[in-house]
Amino acid sequence: MTTFPSTAAHPVDPTPPPCPDTAALVVTDLAVGPLSGVSMHVPAGRILALSGPSGSGKSRLLRALADLDPHRGAVTLGTMQQRAVPAHAWRQAVMMVPADSQWWGDTVGAHFPAGTPCGLVELGLDAAVMGWQVSRLSSGEKQRLAVLRAVAHTPRALLLDEPTANLDVDTTRRVEAWLSAQARQHGWPVVWVAHDPAQIERVADQHLRIAGSALSPAA
Amino acid sequence: MNVIDLSGGQLALAALLVVALAGSTQLARLDIGATMLIAALRTVVQLSLIGLVLEALFAVAALPWIALMALVMLLMAGREVTARQKHRLRGGWAFGIGTLSMFISAFSVTVLTLIVVIGPTPWYAPQYAIPLLGMMLGNTMTGVALGLDRLTDAVWRQRAVIENRLMLGHRWQDAIGDARRDAMRSGMIPIINGMAAAGIVSLPGMMTGQILAGAAPTLAVKYQILIMFTITAGTGFGTLAAVMAASRRLFDERERLRIDRLGR
Repeated sequence: MTTFPSTAAHPVDPTPPPCPDTAALVVTDLAVGPLSGVSMHVPAGRILALSGPSGSGKSRLLRALADLDPHRGAVTLGTMQQRAVPAHAWRQAVMMVPADSQWWGDTVGAHFPAGTPCGLVELGLDAAVMGWQVSRLSSGEKQRLAVLRAVAHTPRALLLDEPTANLDVDTTRRVEAWLSAQARQHGWPVVWVAHDPAQIERVADQHLRIAGSALSPAA
Repeated sequence: MNVIDLSGGQLALAALLVVALAGSTQLARLDIGATMLIAALRTVVQLSLIGLVLEALFAVAALPWIALMALVMLLMAGREVTARQKHRLRGGWAFGIGTLSMFISAFSVTVLTLIVVIGPTPWYAPQYAIPLLGMMLGNTMTGVALGLDRLTDAVWRQRAVIENRLMLGHRWQDAIGDARRDAMRSGMIPIINGMAAAGIVSLPGMMTGQILAGAAPTLAVKYQILIMFTITAGTGFGTLAAVMAASRRLFDERERLRIDRLGR
């Protein structure tokens, strides 16, 4: 993996990230779908919560950050510019986990890089789940495995679209705790789409709300 | 080499069988009787016309006219390929990709066969060139149409899977890889099956025709083998080219799946 100079991270970060290849996710004047003039700054290891009514463009915004939809404006991760790197390399670094994950192979393990992924126990999954048939998974298991699958592909920033939508209270807390710890440990900037104000309170360092065509800071 | 002539009355007898079949399907409420009769009528009109055109063409035997005929055949095949797809690429790309891939495969294999293998004088002698090209285009068309239809249909249905793979950092070639391989395979399976069954299950049409026309069966067999091989090459390369070009067109320069480029 390419390393990026830590000077790329913003200079006032009080807790410098432990890994050398961490960097802030910076969005400048982005326009996609109903949104326009979107600018935001997610420091390394911090979680930005994004909320708004359904259909307001939350998923469209994540898709634009992952460069899956045509959009205007600039997105950078540290010194890496979205437009300057091949699209697959960008998506491998700025990884999106969609609300409804897709599974194309027969077994769970076929979707993961070789080796046992981390976080199985922490997210309350069976240690043998890698050998299971995909058809056997519940929607909650799929959702947690989608998060683990993304992390197993060694991203450098995460875009999470309602990652706990199908989970019970206890499992939701586990996922929140694990993801927060991972983000801080690896220095990933995280954009987390969420509905539940209590969840946003628990995980987020910043909270932006979509109002009309713009993002506004939420109290 | 005397061929027994067929009169209109004898053809009408065969036509009665089709009418009987159409009537039966109507009774069984299959709802294809009208389509079948229209197709049968098209067969009569189109083949009669082409018979006249071929007689004129054989009499003239000039390269420009033969090239014009070949071009018309190619464009009709391109139209047919487009019509057979449920979700086709918008903006003329379905026709363009289908026609171009048939052009590079069917035309080049036909010309190669004429010049290098059969060697009539002149090389474009219409008695050889037009039937050869016709068989080539007919089969390549089937392969290209099947391949493109399978590709666009699979992408339409699996777009969420393809996008999820893109999200994980897969290249567009990997994200669409399964659909692309499936499409290429299904375009080539008919001709592979045709080769495998030739002579056992089915007597190929051209060979049957030559034997009916009085040719020695061993000579007819040699021609049939030649045709089978050239058709396989033409169909295979045409399908590969069409599926490759169409799958590339489904992604833009940022490797985004552009499902908006597919229409109904």
